[in-house]
Amino acid sequence: MSLDPSYLEYPRRRRGMDHDLYPWSNLFDRPAVSWPGGKGVAVCVVISLEWFPLTPADKPFRAPGHMQTPFPDYRHYTSRDYGTRVGFYRLLDAFAAVGAKVSVAVNAAIAQRYPAVISEIIAAGHEIIAHSTDMNGTIATGLEEEAERALIGTALDVLEQATGTRPAGWLSIARSQSWNTPRLLAEAGVRYMCDWVNDDLPYAMRTAAGDIMNLPLSHELSDRQIVNVLQQSADSYVRQIQDAYAWLDQESRTYGGRLLPLQVTPYILGLPYRIDAFDGLLRWLKDQDNAWFATGSEVVGATPR
Amino acid sequence: MDKTPQTPLVNDPGLYDFRPYRDRHPIRWPGDKPIAVWISPNLEFYEIDPPANPFRKSWTKPHPDVVGYSHRDYANRVGHWRMAEVMERHGFTGTVSLSVALCQHHPEVVENANALGWEFFSHGIYNTRYTYGMDEAQERAIMEDSVRTVREATGQRIRGWLAPALTHTTRTMDLLAEMGFTYTCDLYHDDQPGPVHVARGRLISMPYSLEVNDHYGFAVYNMSPREYADTLIRQYERLAREGEASGTVMCIPLHSYLIGQPHRIGPFEEVLRHIAADGRAWITRAGDIAQHFLAHDYDAVTAETARPAAE
Repeated sequence: MSLDPSYLEYPRRRRGMDHDLYPWSNLFDRPAVSWPGGKGVAVCVVISLEWFPLTPADKPFRAPGHMQTPFPDYRHYTSRDYGTRVGFYRLLDAFAAVGAKVSVAVNAAIAQRYPAVISEIIAAGHEIIAHSTDMNGTIATGLEEEAERALIGTALDVLEQATGTRPAGWLSIARSQSWNTPRLLAEAGVRYMCDWVNDDLPYAMRTAAGDIMNLPLSHELSDRQIVNVLQQSADSYVRQIQDAYAWLDQESRTYGGRLLPLQVTPYILGLPYRIDAFDGLLRWLKDQDNAWFATGSEVVGATPR
Repeated sequence: MDKTPQTPLVNDPGLYDFRPYRDRHPIRWPGDKPIAVWISPNLEFYEIDPPANPFRKSWTKPHPDVVGYSHRDYANRVGHWRMAEVMERHGFTGTVSLSVALCQHHPEVVENANALGWEFFSHGIYNTRYTYGMDEAQERAIMEDSVRTVREATGQRIRGWLAPALTHTTRTMDLLAEMGFTYTCDLYHDDQPGPVHVARGRLISMPYSLEVNDHYGFAVYNMSPREYADTLIRQYERLAREGEASGTVMCIPLHSYLIGQPHRIGPFEEVLRHIAADGRAWITRAGDIAQHFLAHDYDAVTAETARPAAE
């Protein structure tokens, strides 16, 4: 038995990346970033506000957190809705208590179904970024380009109509993209996306439709990863984020500004038995003299190109 | 997807003899240390769009697997530099498990490791190209490619091997010995080095570790960073005690896209501080362990294996 000879050929074995989306770059060799107010660590919270249709479409894949039992999965439908109706308001209160402005990645369906949530987000001064149409709006290679373009356009249009502002940012469901996504987002006027988790600072990607910034929204530091996937407690989550902050704080004093991205899910950290831990974390962060609470747009805007 | 890249199938791989963990030849590490500690940073490159191997999928999602790929890319942009600085601070010189194509893609990373005095061994061309299904000439070709590529990039003649993504054939060990490799990190049957049966020449197994590999800690056992740090210290303390009778080896295999994350590197640094301050550890590189074992222990261990079981 042997493999096809092409398996031992490496056409992209060359200097730099094996694709043309972005060049390699060493975080520690870049000019030091300086955040507003001379702060060292940008704490960027991104909330995922999601609506899961009771019937999963599975095209091209089923989103994390989607329905699991045979139809009708009231268990997961209502548990996810709990996050939007209840948990999210707890989070809003927690941010208000420390004066933090955050980014909320919103499914367009949320704006259509629950306009009251949108009004409250805007009134509190948070940023709204686009997070597809609803949780059936997943993207991966295989999705027709026209369908993907329409999905992105619809999500942006609906949020623009609901808020009066075209979203500057985009988060894909499960951070999953096709080969076309960065180009289609740039073409649609999106300034930054949050899908690629390869850095501790935002950086530019180049596409045939122009540049787009990527804000690396660490999945490793997300509540979904730490609490749901790794099955750790809210207290352990808090300890891990504090450890991350401490490290980035120290590093920022030598190498310049760093980013602590916190993706938070209302139906995960917004539960009664977890929210106090998160609330305490926010207060702890507020007390750190080197922390700067910032929205995604503020972080991207303060990052030198 | 095919399940069996090789026929005929066997039940005993015939790689080594059974040696009870009792009354063994006493290994003494340099300085009379009971435990040799080596760190193995995996410096890897994963392709965004690799060709399919008939026996194993690379990415679980359609290409590009954005999270899978970019998570690993974090290593070369961020994690490596953070991890290397911490290791240097506490006097740990790495032994690199290298996707040798990293020499082409990111020579900056390879040059940094070489300048720090790190040893290299091969972990295949890419961690997205598997050995399953290769014929002998193909497997030989990736070994030759590895030796040539690392020599050209670093001046080092590699002596060790960890199969790409731990994909083996039943020929792998024979080919390694034949091509001048002295140690393999692919076998997990012991806490000491030992002879591997090969057709010609000498090859030893070097204790690497799956169990305290950061990938297992964080992706299999779902540990928190502090739980993982505690695990490493327990592993160290036990092996250091046992090493008083006959020297042990502790390897800490790392992937900087995991250990180099900001919430993990701090607790990990405490582990290095602990081991460096303890005084019982010979903090070293795999090649140095192999050389010492081959010079002082290989023959004694081989003779011991030949003893009748009842003696």
